[in-house]
Amino acid sequence: MTAKRLITGGLIDRSKKLQFFWDNKKYFGYQGDTLASALLVNNIKIIGRSFKYHRPRGIMSAGVEESGALVTIGKNEYRDPNVRATTQELYDGLNAFSQNAFPNAKFDLGAINNLFNRFFAAGFYYKTFMGIPPFEWGKGTKIWMFYENFIRKAAGMGSASKKPDPDKYEHMNDYCDVIIVGSGPAGIAAALEAASNKLDVILVEQDSDLGGSYLSEDSKNLKNKISDLKNAGVRILLRTTVFGLYDSGVAGLLERVSDHKAVKSKYEPRQRFWTVRSRHTIVATGAFERHIAFGNNDLPGIMSASSVDIYLNRFSILAGKKIVVCTNNDSAYSTAIKLANSGAEVKLIDARSSVGSVLTENALNSGVFVKMNAAPFQARGYTEINKIDLAESEGNRWNNTGSEECDLLAISGGWSPTVHLLSHRGIRPKWNEENACFVADDHSEPITLAGSAAGYWNSEDCINSGKSAGIKVAHLFGKEKSSYSLPNIGGWNNPIKPVYEVRVSGKQTKSFIDFQHDVTCDDIRLAHREGFVSVEHLKRYTTLGMANDQGKMGNVIGIALMAEALGKKISEVGTTTFRPPFTPVSLGALAGRNTFQHFRALRRSPLHDWNLSHGAVMIEAGLWQRPWYFPQNNETLSDAYIRETATTRKSVGICDVTSLGKIAIQGPDSTELLNRIYTNPFAKLPIGKARYGIMLRDDGIVMDDGTSWRLSENEYFMTTSTAQAARVIAWLEELLQIRWTDLKVHVTSVSEQWCGISVAGPMSRECISKCLKSPEIISNENLPFMGVVETNLKQDIPCRIARISFSGEMAFEIYVPSDYANEMMEMIWIETEKVGGCLYGLEALGALRIEKGHVTGAELDGRVTIDDAGLGKMASTKKSYIGSAMRTRGVLSDVNREQLVGIFPKNKNATFDAGSIICKPSELKGFGVGRITSVTHSPELGHWIGLGFISGGYNLWKDKTVIATDPVRNKNVEVEIVIPHMFDPQGERMHG
Amino acid sequence: MIRIKCPYCGDRDHSEFTYGGDGSIVYPELDASVEDWTNAIFFRKNIYGIQTETWQHVHGCRLWLKIKRSTITHEIESIEPAHKEIIKMVKNK
Repeated sequence: MTAKRLITGGLIDRSKKLQFFWDNKKYFGYQGDTLASALLVNNIKIIGRSFKYHRPRGIMSAGVEESGALVTIGKNEYRDPNVRATTQELYDGLNAFSQNAFPNAKFDLGAINNLFNRFFAAGFYYKTFMGIPPFEWGKGTKIWMFYENFIRKAAGMGSASKKPDPDKYEHMNDYCDVIIVGSGPAGIAAALEAASNKLDVILVEQDSDLGGSYLSEDSKNLKNKISDLKNAGVRILLRTTVFGLYDSGVAGLLERVSDHKAVKSKYEPRQRFWTVRSRHTIVATGAFERHIAFGNNDLPGIMSASSVDIYLNRFSILAGKKIVVCTNNDSAYSTAIKLANSGAEVKLIDARSSVGSVLTENALNSGVFVKMNAAPFQARGYTEINKIDLAESEGNRWNNTGSEECDLLAISGGWSPTVHLLSHRGIRPKWNEENACFVADDHSEPITLAGSAAGYWNSEDCINSGKSAGIKVAHLFGKEKSSYSLPNIGGWNNPIKPVYEVRVSGKQTKSFIDFQHDVTCDDIRLAHREGFVSVEHLKRYTTLGMANDQGKMGNVIGIALMAEALGKKISEVGTTTFRPPFTPVSLGALAGRNTFQHFRALRRSPLHDWNLSHGAVMIEAGLWQRPWYFPQNNETLSDAYIRETATTRKSVGICDVTSLGKIAIQGPDSTELLNRIYTNPFAKLPIGKARYGIMLRDDGIVMDDGTSWRLSENEYFMTTSTAQAARVIAWLEELLQIRWTDLKVHVTSVSEQWCGISVAGPMSRECISKCLKSPEIISNENLPFMGVVETNLKQDIPCRIARISFSGEMAFEIYVPSDYANEMMEMIWIETEKVGGCLYGLEALGALRIEKGHVTGAELDGRVTIDDAGLGKMASTKKSYIGSAMRTRGVLSDVNREQLVGIFPKNKNATFDAGSIICKPSELKGFGVGRITSVTHSPELGHWIGLGFISGGYNLWKDKTVIATDPVRNKNVEVEIVIPHMFDPQGERMHG
Repeated sequence: MIRIKCPYCGDRDHSEFTYGGDGSIVYPELDASVEDWTNAIFFRKNIYGIQTETWQHVHGCRLWLKIKRSTITHEIESIEPAHKEIIKMVKNK
């Protein structure tokens, strides 16, 4: 194959010469070239090596269906593997590399696999599970695990970079009346028609230019049409692929924003992932030209006829000197004529026995040699084609009949409408016998097909079908009254002759169907012999159509051969389902900007900056950033939290608790609502009092705990745990809107509106009262344990104070409107500092509550009942509430259930970890008898302590030694089981 | 992506909503038997066709909705607020 650039013509800009590198060697192309056209014209024939046999692969097409010219673009962390050279626009300085070859694509050692192809047939990989055929060598899992490594290494095409992706990606959202996929003759006609009816139209084109097949025809006409589109207000997305159609008219699009640019703007993403919601979709995606299976049909120098046409007309490249065009339909004739007119020696081989005289006369007049009733049977050549053996048809058989020398073989085996997007919506294509292709079946989706995607073969029919689609959509939206009619599908003057494989009996050939996965005709027959009769099984067993072209070139041939083997019609065999994406989508685009710290929303308390400026080290708690500890003078985490815990118990500590969920419960039935959702009685909670409550799920398992404060007759302020805040409000809304629609209650999340701190320790009252306008309001008499008051801090800052303790100390939770957070904190901090108090973080909060045996999310993990948590006394027996019927059902009342206990190390210097399994000393295995959920160092007790659950609870295990075992870290620690309230069990400190 | 037409907010992506569960269940009284509760909570039909579901427009008006949706095609047959009084209010909006 000797390709050359013609002096004039095409859509390339000969004034803009671009240099690019192929396997580190410098070459030149022009602006407007693709990488494939530039490689073609530089006569680089072997682009890569095939998947299994490492056979040479060249350029086979000019579009997204490319199965041969897969390359890696870019270097290092910018490396992008398996890019189709046919869709990669050339830019100055582009770096491209061949794949799956060592040392290089031209001379590849892996090609030795080709000699052993007997062992690599269909199902090879699966057969290795049973040992390597033919002697089942290496049977058994262990050996298989060993050689599987080598299979893995040998398989695959390009390899991705292992460094983080340095590119940026974006997500976009849009809406329109009609989205039109494809801007060929049909797509443009549909867009103009729809837009002229004042519909909002988005026209999407995967190519760098609008026009589709217009691009390799008359470009003058195209320019006018493009300006018409712009004047009509059609929104145009170029270099954008509709890769999937989803429910409710949602389309997923990938826009390649800067993959074609030599210099990428700092502010531009590499790609955009669009979600477009439309009322109607017009699919004008064209058709793919099929190949024919014959011997060595994968040799470089064999291309689809339409791509030879595109390279000639769009890129002005005559791809060969002596060209043989093999066809079974009318479409390749015009290509043959154009090639001959451009100076090539062209021979056209038609598999049909006769066609209308107009067709042949035109060809003959242009100097094309025409031979009927023949087809290619075996290509000759080592690394590229130099001769094609032909066969003549005799009934259902093919007989060898001489050969033709050539440097380029152009194949047209018929056309397959691109119905992938309909398949995404569950519309199975059906076989059309007359046109030998799958066409979309009738359906009720808001989708209309137009152009050759609908099975129209000539340009005029395509345009008319596009127009009709535009009018139809206008009708649907009640816009236009003019009528439309659709032409009949098809449209060739001479019928196609179905030819899928050309085989001469007695001649062994290697005829490829799937060029990427090296699936041959023999593989299909082998799969059939081995009992695979469904196309879906065939696909998986042979991996036909499972490479990144997803069977765009080979599927129909595979199905036809399977039908033949089964003795069925193609229509009976059916086709596999095409699923999104239509062409590969980078994971980066799907992720968009949702990476690293942007992966999820970040929540900060209004005191965030204040905490940071006072030395807080932050930790993630769900979405929240919370102070973890406040180190002083190079303290470690454990130094800091032990000091914070001790200081709080000795004098006073302040902790930001804003992340707790806060819900305003208002209305005459508020009390009734609380009484139904909490396990403990709320019916008689006086105004000005708070109560700790536990709520269960319907199934009797604990959902959450928190406090509810009665502010007035009809208003409560509920707090929830940080983790369950969203769930609890949604739960209350569900109950009020679905189950208890007669209750007159409003629930409103006020988590953002209120900032809260806990002030804990024996001197907490003293510190707070100095900040209050009326200090006596929180005296022990006025505000006893669980008392609530709404009052003002100095400077008239409104606040709510409840005497609630999570730490076990005398403690107050103070809430102010979020805007006053800093003023409140500053005021109380000054008083706290004066008495030697401290700020404390989540780690000390944990230590304080573990010492007290108070449970949190680590314990209330959705598997625990109220009895398991040792809070059974809070379950009322005098009322019914959510979960009351179910909480004691069957297994939930088993005495051997795991119950909350405290855990001490036997040796008081020992430490143990949360997540450890508690085992009997004699049985260090399996699930053990319990588990440890939380651990801390207890400054009060002077050693490590933990909370956990053990089967049968404290009474069964007191005075017995058990082992906290951590198989991952290989750690076994002797521990003893104690009551969970490990410090101040009577609660004297918090009531004082 | 399913598009759900919230009676209050209009046509929105399903990602604004959370799925609740089977909308056809009549929950028993709180003091009902364990058997009644067991039936209401644990036993579900695996419907092939139109099923009634509850969804909440969490990132919108926070209405709980009853939606009749096809489990085969995801097509939505009807949507209304779960609360009868709210149905009236939305209609008069």
